[in-house]
Amino acid sequence: MTLMRKIKPYALHLIIMGVGILMLYPVLWMISSSFKPTNQIFTQSGLWPSSFTFEHYHDGWFGLRNVEFGRFFLNSFLLCLVAVLGTVVSSSMAAFAFARIEFPLRKLWFALMLGTFMLPGHVTLIPQYTIFHEIGWVDTFLPLTVPKFFADAFYVFLMVQFIRGIPKELDESASIDGCGWFTLYFKIILPLATPALMTAAIFTFMATWDDFFGQLIYLSDIKKFTVPLGLRLFLDSTGNSNWGAVFAMSVLSVVPSLIVYFMGQKYFTEGIATTGLKG
Amino acid sequence: MQKYKTYLAGYAFLLPWLIGFLALTLGPIIASMYLSFTQYDLLTAPKWVGLDNYKTMFNDDFRLEDSVKVTFKYVLLSVPLKLAFALLLAIMLNQGLRMLHFYRTIYYIPSLLGGSVAISVLWKQVFDQEGIFNRMLAIFGIEGPAWISNPHYSIYSLIGLSIWQFGSVMIIFLAGLKQIPQELYEAATVDGAGIMRKFARITMPLLTPVIFFNLTITLIQSFQTFTKAFVISGGTGGPINSTLLYSLYLYMKGFTFMEMGYASAMAWLLLAIIAVFTGVLFLTSRFWVFYSDGGK
Repeated sequence: MTLMRKIKPYALHLIIMGVGILMLYPVLWMISSSFKPTNQIFTQSGLWPSSFTFEHYHDGWFGLRNVEFGRFFLNSFLLCLVAVLGTVVSSSMAAFAFARIEFPLRKLWFALMLGTFMLPGHVTLIPQYTIFHEIGWVDTFLPLTVPKFFADAFYVFLMVQFIRGIPKELDESASIDGCGWFTLYFKIILPLATPALMTAAIFTFMATWDDFFGQLIYLSDIKKFTVPLGLRLFLDSTGNSNWGAVFAMSVLSVVPSLIVYFMGQKYFTEGIATTGLKG
Repeated sequence: MQKYKTYLAGYAFLLPWLIGFLALTLGPIIASMYLSFTQYDLLTAPKWVGLDNYKTMFNDDFRLEDSVKVTFKYVLLSVPLKLAFALLLAIMLNQGLRMLHFYRTIYYIPSLLGGSVAISVLWKQVFDQEGIFNRMLAIFGIEGPAWISNPHYSIYSLIGLSIWQFGSVMIIFLAGLKQIPQELYEAATVDGAGIMRKFARITMPLLTPVIFFNLTITLIQSFQTFTKAFVISGGTGGPINSTLLYSLYLYMKGFTFMEMGYASAMAWLLLAIIAVFTGVLFLTSRFWVFYSDGGK
């Protein structure tokens, strides 16, 4: 029994490590393949390339006619930046109103907002597309960015929960000091709600970076393509002829997500645990 | 006077959300309901056809039938397995191990990257007839099929990809497990309860709210899966409709064939299906979900 006790942690570590490596193996294999000469990708299953090459990164980056991958990255970053800004500003405003200000119909609006939580995007998809088509926004970044300035129910909810935890006495002392609502929001609540804002920012970045569907239906000019669209186009045009280059671009395409994840890991884990978002 | 200023402030802060709600959610919901009774190709005005779209959906659209079957298979296999893996790993990670942080990161990475086109591209290659998965099976003397191009197996590559992303569900389970008071286990140990008994009598009951939450969220998300199916099948849902998940077919109807009225009707059917599943979950929850505070 005591022997069992001693072995147990090691056995657990072994299993967890083993399963973890197995799970990450495909990703590691992709990374390693992107550095292997083409003739070795499918013949060597070992992870460490016997000879390194950066050729695939060059081939992939310049692999499409008329447009470089750098363009896709630039477009994706631009979309993400605006989306994050819009979501954080508008959602925190709505959350502040719901959590701190008394006004007529507040409960009704809040209930309606919660009601849209689980609504599949498909239901509003076609009319939204029609609207954007009518006002000439299809094949621009506008349908992918402007809606972000109208707050996202999920993040509003997340922030409301958070702001409710901030002591109300702060509001009172601020109003005694003659602060208006805007000062209270901007100078007191926002700084204290930073963790919730960060969570929303990180999730919005990830969701926008990987929003293949939205980008697929709204963007058609290759110059406006984002990373997911560019990658898919590259896969279709290069396909089986140059897997090394496809893998190289795939690796590059996930680097920003990884960086954001590791930078904001604290907020990320908390965010998932409290909202169940993502994946 | 002061009161009205407060009201005004409230609506001023709420305004962005309110406009969005009316113009991008409520309005489109009503419009979508209307469009589902029309024939609409975006370029000419919608033409009222009554229940035709719905009749076609239920009687004549064999592709839709395939699509619904494939989607059910995908959801009903991937959701329970994903939750089971997530729970199993969460329990293992909750044994007070060191390096928890590190492990949690490793297990989360697939969830983090899984929605990207890159991973779907990778998956296509890993599960190719000549891919690394089959080469691993070959080590054990098993000859694997063409997981992507054989219609009997292609859906399993999508299910596998979905299960592979169990990390985010696992993190929620971990948070739930941490909420269970250690005293309960200590008391049970004093009473001579073994591991299995503690699991069945303490862990599972106290975790049911989290299971319920994960089940609902994962179910709703799974019904809407798109990117994997699109990239892996090259946008076709093939071979022979075997990976034609509902969202993919809806996309094709709406944006490839420009049958936007029909696509709207399909969206409402999807909503109805999701509503039935979540409704059943909610209705049965009082029999199996245990709230320690007596429910609120």
